[in-house]
This record gives sequence, C-alpha cells and structure tokens, in this order.
Amino acid sequence: MSSFKIFEIAGSALTAQSQRLNVVASNLANADSATGSDGAAYQAKQVVFEATPADRGRASGVRVSTVITDPSPMRRVYEPKHPMADSDGYVSMPNVNVVEEMVNMIDASRAYQNSIEVMNTAKSLMLRALTLGQ
Amino acid sequence: MITRLDDAFRFHEVALNLRSERQQVLASNIANASTPNYKARDIDFAPALQQALAGRGAGGVLLATTAAAHLRGDATGSPDSPSLQYRTPAQGSIDGNTVEMDAERAQFVQNSVHIETGLTVLSMQIKQMLSAIQG
Repeated sequence: MSSFKIFEIAGSALTAQSQRLNVVASNLANADSATGSDGAAYQAKQVVFEATPADRGRASGVRVSTVITDPSPMRRVYEPKHPMADSDGYVSMPNVNVVEEMVNMIDASRAYQNSIEVMNTAKSLMLRALTLGQ
Repeated sequence: MITRLDDAFRFHEVALNLRSERQQVLASNIANASTPNYKARDIDFAPALQQALAGRGAGGVLLATTAAAHLRGDATGSPDSPSLQYRTPAQGSIDGNTVEMDAERAQFVQNSVHIETGLTVLSMQIKQMLSAIQG
C-alpha cells in the first residue's frame, strides 16, 4: 500500500525535527555553562540532516546523520574574579549563538507542523477512499 | 462484463494511483525542507497520466538480448513508475536545497483536492451503476 509511505516519510521528518529541537534546547540551556563534566566550556552542537531513500529511491525520508560540535571559536569574556579565568583574566564561554539557536528552533517547529499537516491530509484522504461506494 | 466494469473504473484508478504517488513525492519534499543539497522533485502529471493510461512506464530502456528466449524487460502496465523531474527554484538557497515550502504546500493542497475530486467522481459512478442494477 503505497500511501502508507507518506506516514513513514512524514514520521521520519517528525523524528528528525524533534531531535533538532532537543539539540537546540541543549544549546540554549548551556549558553552560559563555563565548565562541563570534562572541565572545558560547553561547545554548541548542530545536527546534520540526510535524505534517506524510501520506496525504491523515488521518495525519501529524512534522518539526522551526525551531530557535530560547532567548530567556531569560544566566546572570550573578561572576568578576572571568575574561578575559571586564565592568567590574563579571560574566561572561555560557550560558542552558542543564541539568535541562531532561536532561528533554528522556529525553523524546526515550523517543519514539524508542516509534517503533521501532511499526515493529517494523507489520513483524511485515505479515510475518504475507504468510504468509496457507500 | 468484468472488463466493462474495469473499463468504467480504470481511468480513475490509474489517475488516483498517480496522484497518490505524487502526494508521496511532495511529502518527501516537505520532509526534506532543511536537508542540505536535497533537490525537490515532482511528477509532470499530464504526460505521466497519458503514459500510464497507454499502459507503459516512462522508462523505455530495454535489455539487450542475444537469444530469442531472453526477456527484453519491456514490462507493460507499470503505471507506478512515472519519471521524476527536478523543480527549478525561484530563489535558490546557499546550502543547495531547492525545496520552497510555499510552492510545495500549494502543490500538496492542490494534489489533495484532485484526489478528493477523483474519489468523489468514482464514488458517484459506483452509485450510478448500483442504481442501474437495482432499478
């Protein structure tokens, strides 16, 4: 039944986008974590999306292929009284760009809503097909 | 009689199959709206429908044969494989993704309405036949 593939495809988008939202939440929560379990400041994480072939490669779903650590330089803050300050009085703060993360969050939530809309439409069409001939 | 029934319903069956195939392609475009380098795809509906009604897929590539008993692979009646084409984006994006959400949504809604129309017409045809049978 080919139209059940739509649920597979839209479902994969829901999973991927909610994983992206998780990463955004982690970045925003740790935007000011000067130290972590390894003693270094938190580094922002970003998801990388990848299209996965469904239905003999004609239509494709989506999945998170990797979660990368943001390579951009850490934010240097002058705070001599901070316990993590180096000899010059600077503290390395996380390289989380809060504005970028908010944009990411809005994009992810819009994409999530779109996929739900797709599923709803597919469902109502299939229910309509079930009433054929009645 | 069975072939007549098939003739009566075949057009809508083929058209609805194609429509749901297209719905799937559009769903995958929407799912991949933020995948880097994903290229949006679509089915050119009118030629695909004509090909499906003529009972052949769009492929047209035959296997080379060296003996009479070899199969040429020109299977007829594979309407589920219309050729996919790439969409030309009005405004390209820097990550190589060509999905434009507004266009995809518009096409998706349009396709849904067409499916709904097809189902309505088919349903009415069935009712018409039933009333002819039952008097």
